[in-house]
Amino acid sequence: MSEIRNFTMNFGPQHPAAHGVLRLILELDGETVVRADPHVGLLHRATEKLAESKPFNHSIGYMDRLDYVSMMCNEHAYVMAIEKLLNIEPPERALWIRTMFDEITRILNHLMWIGSNALDLGAMAVFLYAFRERENLMDVYEAVSGTRMHATYYRPGGVYRDLPEEMPKVAETRWRKGKELERINAWRQGSMLDFIEAFTDDFFTRVDDYETLLTDNRIWKQRTVGIGAMSPDRALQMGFTGPMLRGSGVEWDLRKKQPYAKYREVDFDIPVGSNGDCYDRYLVRVEEMRQSAKIIKQCIAWLRENPGPVIVRNFKVAPPKREEMKDDMEALIHHFKLFTEGYCVPEGETYASVEAPKGEFGCYLISDGANKPFRVHLRAPGYAHLASMNEMAKGHMLADIAALIATQDIVFGEIDR
Amino acid sequence: MTQFSSRNQALAQSLSDILGERIASMTEHCGQLTVEIPRDHWLDAAWLLRDEPGLAFEQLLDLCGVDYLGYGDDEWETAEATGTGFSRAADELGPGRFSWEERPEAGEIQNRFAAVVHLLSLKHNRRLRIRCYAPDNEFPVLPSLIEVWNSVNWYEREAFDLYGIVFEGHPDLRRIMTDYGFIGHPFRKDFPLIGNVTVRYDEDKGRVVYEPVEIEPRVTVARVVRRDSRYVDEKLEGTGS
Repeated sequence: MSEIRNFTMNFGPQHPAAHGVLRLILELDGETVVRADPHVGLLHRATEKLAESKPFNHSIGYMDRLDYVSMMCNEHAYVMAIEKLLNIEPPERALWIRTMFDEITRILNHLMWIGSNALDLGAMAVFLYAFRERENLMDVYEAVSGTRMHATYYRPGGVYRDLPEEMPKVAETRWRKGKELERINAWRQGSMLDFIEAFTDDFFTRVDDYETLLTDNRIWKQRTVGIGAMSPDRALQMGFTGPMLRGSGVEWDLRKKQPYAKYREVDFDIPVGSNGDCYDRYLVRVEEMRQSAKIIKQCIAWLRENPGPVIVRNFKVAPPKREEMKDDMEALIHHFKLFTEGYCVPEGETYASVEAPKGEFGCYLISDGANKPFRVHLRAPGYAHLASMNEMAKGHMLADIAALIATQDIVFGEIDR
Repeated sequence: MTQFSSRNQALAQSLSDILGERIASMTEHCGQLTVEIPRDHWLDAAWLLRDEPGLAFEQLLDLCGVDYLGYGDDEWETAEATGTGFSRAADELGPGRFSWEERPEAGEIQNRFAAVVHLLSLKHNRRLRIRCYAPDNEFPVLPSLIEVWNSVNWYEREAFDLYGIVFEGHPDLRRIMTDYGFIGHPFRKDFPLIGNVTVRYDEDKGRVVYEPVEIEPRVTVARVVRRDSRYVDEKLEGTGS
């Protein structure tokens, strides 16, 4: 009888289900995975070292590029760390705006996840529907910050500017005209808050639509139920956070347990799974989308009622208004110093973390009193999740690897940093 | 035990009760506790931190390396104003401004490398930062925590890769972020920001080739430390407008 040996193969770095540049070396016994060894770092840009050579504010834009599907949540952790060291507190309205945009970001992220997860497992339609909704929220990003993705909107001391009074409308083109254009612009007649409210009102039925496509779908359940099950103990040992931890039945959410921004004042529930498999994590994330929409509605209600400043009036950390700069020498000097040298952060170290859509995103910041950070370390949730790939994949079939990568919600921007 | 804020009082008390002389120092900054643990106690302190019910840090969220070379250095004299004219601008080989050949010699500093760990206790809902300095700057070695918290696996690999801190007892201490066959530890402060090699595909040779970097180091903003009263004494307050 001939000798039978295990087969080693590369999954990626160029693979449509690898969610970026993951080189996964799989040792296979037939079609069963014996060992999975992820090789990461192909997207390593040394963000943390780059940040050491730039003034604090210059690196906010790099945060967007870490987890590039949950941009503002990354900024939030970084900005909060700076605020802690500077000992400044943003105005209340800025905190509500941040809460709202964190949740918009969560929906953006989960839409991307549900679409690509379904696509990885063979369901094409969900991807198209999810992107239809995502596009609306991308427009919100663009309206408030000027860019669709890399917003650089959160600043130490608040947010860059207030919400626009008018939601930009879609212009007429050869393909978008008449009734179609009217339909697209129907929500865009009022302010940005009106647009977001119309979106969230509609969004609950959209989530129901996705559930119709997936939740009781026989193929979907065959591909996800019992796949990659993690016990609560193991999930904690492996450093899981976010939906990966809650899918295993651990009720832990920083928004509830260690509230930041305005999460203490909004009403929402934390969905928790029980089996810790891909299907439970799917259910958790779907419910989170509904809860996020609920939080957004509460933020809209507050923001409508309470106009006010959105960034601290402290010219050492936030620039003066353009008009002030034109006729006040002091303001001009502050503006110049702030944009050339930046501000010096008092010596010390701190760790600030937010409940990003993928889990706990943390920023560990050491300052030695200079205008540049001495050390920035970014704690990316996906890094801990991917590290458990070997444990989760062992004993599963090759086809389940796609399900596992999708359920971990892998984005290489944050893993490789 | 009076120097800590009320929310950290209980934690500080149980830490000093349980860890005792394993603690080299305990400090608080921005409402966060940092405990420094000497290398020899790093591992047994970790077991206690995880298993003692009064501490119960079930989760290790993060471990990162830190290189303290050049801590507090600046490139631009600010204290003595413009006494020497305009030639005070940064032109030396400051942080990020040197190439591989010109990299500065790391002087003798104490405790150059450290591993910093962030722990989370779900039971008590509190966090803790622990730090351990590697005694030898030339060959920093620390015990691995992988038996205590499995999640530390990739974090220790990363600290090894980027800082060259060796974790004794780690079963699989390979590089993780850098290229296969990479030389040096890129996040060390004496490693150039521009790197040392570039990689490109060579048409003629028909393969990928490595070459020395060609780009100029360019750090546009000087590193400035200002300790004057505006930044230190005055509490920055966001009063809004």
